[in-house]
Amino acid sequence: MKKFLMQAAWPLAVFVVVITAWDLCCRWFAIPAYVLPPPSAVVRVVVERHQTLWNAFCITALEAGGGYLLSILGGVIIALFFAQSPLIRRSFYPYTILLQTVPIVAIAPLILMWFGSGLRSVMLVAFVICLFPIIANTTQGLISVPRNLIDLFIMSNASRSRQLLKLRLPHALPHLFVGLRISAGISVIGAVTGELFASSNAVGEGGLGYSITYANSQLQTDYLFALVLTASLLGFLFFFTVTTLEWLCLRKWHESAMKTDAD
Amino acid sequence: MTPTDKPQPPFITLDSVTKRWSNGATVLDGISLQAERGEFISLIGPSGCGKSTLLRLLAGLSGLSSGSVTLDGMLPESAREIMSFIFQDATLLPWRTVRSNVELGLELEGKTTESQRRKTSTALLQLVGLSDVADLHPRQLSGGMRMRVSIARALATQPKILLMDEPFGALDEMTRDFLNEEVLRLRENDQFTTFFVTHSVAEAVFLSTRILVLRAKPGQIAREIPVPFAYPRTADLRSAPEFLRLVGEVSAALRSVQGPSNPSNPEHP
Repeated sequence: MKKFLMQAAWPLAVFVVVITAWDLCCRWFAIPAYVLPPPSAVVRVVVERHQTLWNAFCITALEAGGGYLLSILGGVIIALFFAQSPLIRRSFYPYTILLQTVPIVAIAPLILMWFGSGLRSVMLVAFVICLFPIIANTTQGLISVPRNLIDLFIMSNASRSRQLLKLRLPHALPHLFVGLRISAGISVIGAVTGELFASSNAVGEGGLGYSITYANSQLQTDYLFALVLTASLLGFLFFFTVTTLEWLCLRKWHESAMKTDAD
Repeated sequence: MTPTDKPQPPFITLDSVTKRWSNGATVLDGISLQAERGEFISLIGPSGCGKSTLLRLLAGLSGLSSGSVTLDGMLPESAREIMSFIFQDATLLPWRTVRSNVELGLELEGKTTESQRRKTSTALLQLVGLSDVADLHPRQLSGGMRMRVSIARALATQPKILLMDEPFGALDEMTRDFLNEEVLRLRENDQFTTFFVTHSVAEAVFLSTRILVLRAKPGQIAREIPVPFAYPRTADLRSAPEFLRLVGEVSAALRSVQGPSNPSNPEHP
């Protein structure tokens, strides 16, 4: 516990310094609140509009979370397909890289045009942006099983499905978690980006991304700050959940988790 | 050579076994040998002599280019049920506990119930002195302990043939000596036939009934040296004069195949 406090002390000190500097800047240079609201204004707006913030948080969490879960399902299935043969990988892998290289802001309007503006389309944007890290890492895990371990299974006359279930999948698990950690954060980016292009049912309602465009157009910069902070909090929550899950799954046997354990 | 008309054919027969890589290089050239039940045969030779390849051929993990291998009347692929392979590293599954690793072979065979497997693993872990760590994961063990788990796993399926590919090469000498004695002790219980690849002459002499010295490029049996010492052998054997004399003889044989004619390192005498 003492160690934890010591570790928390430094980031906390940085936080206090930054907030103080921000506040002082606003006062000394008399910056208008619509350009840079002081921290106190942001705190006030969070308290005042916590209900709308919470609603926006829930909507975006649903979109990002839904897209994320879909990408895990889809990514693992595609990785299992890729793991079948080098020929399959050579044929299809270049196209999955497209998922990573085409900017999401370019794809999002297309998806919304094709599938209509709504929760499901935004989910789809999050799905697309999360997919590649999961495919790439899981495939790597499935095909990087040491030769001797495969020989061991061959010597036991293990079928392909048993080899997959008892050897390849458990071996790929730490790799899958690397992909999951990367995608956790960007799923929120995907959902917020999707919302920027999606319209909402009522003014001022909708997810964080929609509310950001709205607050921006109304010059409610303090509310904009509150929304941006909420969005990063959401991404952090996703990341924290996955990291905890990873620790629970791997702590007993995997190197990366063992090290954290020893700290 | 044709199969003999003897009523009892040899347990294991290799007949002019040749192995070429796809680039045409000959790894093994005309290896013929026979082994009886319960023999402990060590394969020793310079790197590149194909001793590990020979083991993989016996296991059916690699196909031969010509010749034939018969194990208890079967081809290697069909004889896997009566064989166990012990690799250079312990090859344990890191996500499984020690006990669960020992049970892996039986589990994959699918002929036993969970309680039967548990009984087997309990007995084997006791035999190799690892009962206390049964519920730990491989990462928490030392290299020597991991190798003992690997041996216990190999023995769990009660193999008639044990193939060991330099299993103690990565261990320190004390651990190696200890495990050598362990292998002999385990051999008293189960009379498995063993092929043992090693770089250590002393280890080969201590364990084997017979030592095959291989030469490289192409891999051939250069000499066959029988080891006359009776079992059970104890650690005292290592300091006996006749043991040391035989170690000297095998070392000399090894030097002669590694000699100046070896084109890979002509600068070394």
